[in-house]
Amino acid sequence: MDNVIIAESLGKCFGAFRALNGVSFSVRAGECFGFLGHNGAGKSTTMKMIYGLSTVDEGILTLFGQSHRLTPPAIKAQMGVVPQEDNLDTELTVLENLETYGGLFGLSRREARVRAQELLDFMGLSNKAADNVESLSGGLKRRLVIARSLMNHPQLVVLDEPTTGLDPQARHLVWQKLRALKAEGVTLLLTTHYMEEASQLCDRLVLMHEGLILAEGSPPELVKKHMPPCAIEVRLPFDSLPQDFADKVTAAGGEVLRVADALFLYAVDGKKLWDQLDAWGVPRHACFLRAATLEDVFLKLTGRGPE
Amino acid sequence: MMKAMRVLVRHMRVFMKTWKHNLMYNVAEPLLYLSAMGFGLGLFVQEVNGVSYIEFIAPGMIALSGMYSATFECTYGTFVRIYYEKTFHSMLAAPVTITDVIWGEILYGAVKSILFGLVILGVIAALGLIKSPAVILLPLVLGLTGLVFAELAICFTALVKNIDYLNYYITLIITPFFLFGGLYFPVDALPPLAQTLNWVNPLYHSVELCRALCLGNLAPGLGMHAGILIGMAALASPFPVKLMERKIIS
Ligand SMILES: Nc1ncnc2c1ncn2[C@@H]1O[C@H](COP(=O)(O)OP(=O)(O)OP(=O)(O)O)[C@@H](O)[C@H]1O
Ligand SMILES: [Mg+2]
Repeated sequence: MDNVIIAESLGKCFGAFRALNGVSFSVRAGECFGFLGHNGAGKSTTMKMIYGLSTVDEGILTLFGQSHRLTPPAIKAQMGVVPQEDNLDTELTVLENLETYGGLFGLSRREARVRAQELLDFMGLSNKAADNVESLSGGLKRRLVIARSLMNHPQLVVLDEPTTGLDPQARHLVWQKLRALKAEGVTLLLTTHYMEEASQLCDRLVLMHEGLILAEGSPPELVKKHMPPCAIEVRLPFDSLPQDFADKVTAAGGEVLRVADALFLYAVDGKKLWDQLDAWGVPRHACFLRAATLEDVFLKLTGRGPE
Repeated sequence: MMKAMRVLVRHMRVFMKTWKHNLMYNVAEPLLYLSAMGFGLGLFVQEVNGVSYIEFIAPGMIALSGMYSATFECTYGTFVRIYYEKTFHSMLAAPVTITDVIWGEILYGAVKSILFGLVILGVIAALGLIKSPAVILLPLVLGLTGLVFAELAICFTALVKNIDYLNYYITLIITPFFLFGGLYFPVDALPPLAQTLNWVNPLYHSVELCRALCLGNLAPGLGMHAGILIGMAALASPFPVKLMERKIIS
């Protein structure tokens, strides 16, 4: 079995609102697959269909080779879930949270305790085992939710914004752990608002917008396919630029992208464009020349910046 | 459905850590009623159906505790687990179904009814108000009472969107149940219409059973009260899952 998840034209309506509008993608065993998209794009809706909190009303969702309207327990038993919102048992300690959750998977108390201790070790939470969950910082809670999702040795872990709200250290730690999981052959499916996270972790990703998938590929592929290699950020208010500036850039073979009040220029030969900026009345010290990134793809395809 | 036990185990683990916080409604309140009515009003009331007033009302407090325990657990408790603690979300990510989760809630309500009802029984026994060994059947009555009230509470909780609406259930349904359920005076003192209505009051049947077991009046009518409670539990049983499924699974 090569594909752990195959989604074909998934659709979802909430009343008159269409949250998913024909979403198709597939996730191969052992890869890390990402979902990027604005708030409300439909990422969590897609994740919930996979982990059995939402029904597949339109299209077909195949998980581990089986298609169901609502993901059944036998499939959930092979899956780990990190939901967007932490939902730990606030009355219990860190260790008890894991043990209790293991019980839902049918682990005996002893099995659950052994596994919980392994995972506390793995996530660097051993010294917090007896702490109350309420007293943990956001980053530690998130790590605990990730540890919890691994209680059943899942083959597939679905992570809905695993690092939102974490400081850079905490985020890097989570990334390291996710890489370690991937190295063990675990398939990862994650959503994120961070381009860097997507670039660092994901083998392939999709860009989702208003219930649709706009693009799919590996981070470098996406950049190559959708962007010229060079980008120039113009850090001046749009209104203060010379009127014919955009036309001049276009005439010189560049692409212009306006996002809110900011301006981005893209070109195959960025240096050439850069050298002419002063002559066109845009001081170079207010500009920045760099290579195009995934963020530029996002800006271009979704028409506005990430939040 | 079989995995409802796993959900129950999860709840019991939390209960072991938190039971002290919910002694209030489930135990303190029935005991307050018992002392105020039994020792206060009891001075003015000679005898009811051949027993002292406090003996008459004490068994009803056990049933009352059973009703309250399941009711509060499966209204406020369940609501908090759905919306605030998102426990349903985390449980459903494990290999259980919504049916397991809902029956886990109901069983938890019933277990709490038994436990807290037995605490009241202990107090009443210490006061010397238990007259019959038949009282050992009381856990069955409490479990049945808890089952019926847990099912009803889950149904109502599934219908409301805001936690404040749960007050309506308590005030408009649960309170009349206990005011007119034959706890403080025999139901034949009620007007005929109210007597008839009491047949759909689960607490009335539970009170009759508790009183008979505590005082040893094992009249043949008891089987009917038990039968009606079982019937109510069976009749209500499909609805908690149906109503909650609509709410939880999008
Ligand atoms: N149960 C529901 N009922 C009604 N609307 C819903 C429901 N669940 C999601 N939606 C709507 O569907 C859209 C997609 O929501 P979803 O949670 O999938 O977005 P998302 O991509 O995860 O966004 P975010 O980045 O903010 O988490 C949103 O407009 C949301 O309001
Ligand atoms: Mg989301």
